[in-house]
Amino acid sequence: MNESGTDNGALVHVDGVGKVFHRGSEDIHVLTDLHLQVPAGEFLALMGPSGSGKTTLLNLIGGLDRPTEGSVTIAGESVHQLSDRRLAGWRARHIGFVFQLYNLMPTLTTERNVELPLLLTHLSKSERKKHVAAALAMVGLSHRAGHYPRTLSGGEQQRAGIARGIVTDPTLLLCDEPTGDLDRKAGDEILKLLHALNREHGKTIIMVTHDPHAPARAARTVYLNKGQLSSEPLA
Amino acid sequence: MTGPLHWILQVGAITKFGLLSIPQRRGAVTATVIGVAGVVAVLVGVLSIAAGFQKVMAVSGSPDSAIVLRSGADSEMVSGFGRDQTRVIGDAPGVARNDRGPLSSAELFVIINLPKRATGLDANVPLRGIESAAWQVRDDMQIVQGRMFEWGKDEVIVGSGAAREFAGLNVGSKIKVGRYEWPVVGVFSAKGGVPESEIWSDAKVLQAAYNRGDSFQSVRVRLNSPGAFQEFKDSLTSNPQLNVKVIRQSDYYVEQSETLTRLIATLGFLIAFLMAIGAVFSALNTMYSAVAARTREIATLRALGFGSGAVVVSLLIEALLLAVVGGVIGGSLAYLAFNNLHTSTMNFQSFSQVAFAFQVTPRLLVRGVVWAAVIGLIGGLFPAIRAARLPVALALREL
Repeated sequence: MNESGTDNGALVHVDGVGKVFHRGSEDIHVLTDLHLQVPAGEFLALMGPSGSGKTTLLNLIGGLDRPTEGSVTIAGESVHQLSDRRLAGWRARHIGFVFQLYNLMPTLTTERNVELPLLLTHLSKSERKKHVAAALAMVGLSHRAGHYPRTLSGGEQQRAGIARGIVTDPTLLLCDEPTGDLDRKAGDEILKLLHALNREHGKTIIMVTHDPHAPARAARTVYLNKGQLSSEPLA
Repeated sequence: MTGPLHWILQVGAITKFGLLSIPQRRGAVTATVIGVAGVVAVLVGVLSIAAGFQKVMAVSGSPDSAIVLRSGADSEMVSGFGRDQTRVIGDAPGVARNDRGPLSSAELFVIINLPKRATGLDANVPLRGIESAAWQVRDDMQIVQGRMFEWGKDEVIVGSGAAREFAGLNVGSKIKVGRYEWPVVGVFSAKGGVPESEIWSDAKVLQAAYNRGDSFQSVRVRLNSPGAFQEFKDSLTSNPQLNVKVIRQSDYYVEQSETLTRLIATLGFLIAFLMAIGAVFSALNTMYSAVAARTREIATLRALGFGSGAVVVSLLIEALLLAVVGGVIGGSLAYLAFNNLHTSTMNFQSFSQVAFAFQVTPRLLVRGVVWAAVIGLIGGLFPAIRAARLPVALALREL
């Protein structure tokens, strides 16, 4: 079955989504008839055991993969129906990604990494610079703007990743295990930062996580197990 | 996002990441650059032989001079005229004259053996008997060392190319001509043309030494103008006393160089093509390793919204740049190693040696870089397509 809010004005609509992966002759059903709605401005934590399909669901919402069945609609756009080329453009306009391993370009400084998504916009160089400075200030990393990723701590790299995710002011920020590679202290700081982005700047955030502290920061937590969502963790 | 400018910006950004990551892949990158440099160096080096040979031929004849051979003869070796015929040729309309008569030189052509300085092995060297107008029917002839031979005397002068390539041609030394030994009294230049590979003597003296009676093998004339050629040719070919072939000297030398230049060019391209196949595999390996090393980076860029087309083009640009760098290095090496390197080779039309210098021309260098670019594009294409087809969601999890 399913779990979800029922607000028809939700930003994210996942309706009857199923996802099957093929491994040789074997079909692996990762998600089945899944429904989820996320209102604008919500900070949703998506939890569940490894292999439960959390990241798969996040990828479907972010347009990195397509559902085998059902539909994914974000801000009125049927994402699953877009061509690859249009999907890339849609991601650039509407989605900010934050990755577990930060995925920063090692050959670029922090500010150049943050600037990357802006290269896909029509902003001038000076406008891009302003946006980068604002994003870095928002995550508290202005003093590390000229540093390369290898000289940053894990927490700082993830802050840079978050700055890159929000620099275009996307419709939706998708975080895949953002604290998964960090120690407790740094992980808490990242959760705190995401919480602040949601509360103070109104960012809509969906976060896949194993972090037991996440529910305390998120506005809502849903649990995924064997392809199904529930509002309660498994016993 | 749309717009060519922003697409170019995407390509530029991805290309920049690729180029900045080269130090992390320097082994494979260096192998590719060296591979391409080797192909281009060999290609340019071999073709510079043909270019040098062609240059010698090209500067040897001007359009207002002509050579007359017996009909059916491809070269002077198989041609022949009597004195009467050479006079008729010299008196034909269109031939320039000075106060001593028509600018026409009836010439004798024999081959003698001399050892090459480089190898010590005997080679065929042309010995030409000339008449006094020989200096006027050719361009830019001058004595650069010693003096001109005296008419009627057993003396020779040698071309500067021959003096450089063959032993025993210094001024003051003697060469064996038939049963006689004739002194070398001077060295001449001919603007780098074919005559510089020859030894010259008085035609009458040479006829006597080789028991040729009063026969010649070719007649060279200076025309009033390039436009006078047709009149000259028509008058000779319509003359029932003669059975001749009339060619502009410039065309004659182009014909003479065709066989050898075609052979060298074919060999050069064949060798370079075989080497290029190896270089393409090297480039493929480099770019596949580039894609493998940057799988997560490329997937991240794709996730952020960079298009797959931009990924393909940027990887092609990277492969192209690496190959062009290799091409420039190879071309430079060929230039440093071969340009103006003096040698001599057999001209298959005359069965005699022609001295020339390798010519690494700008055109050859451009051709080498074009080859390099093609190698780069072929080597980069498949890895680029592979990168563009990476399943983003899967590739994001690559470590």
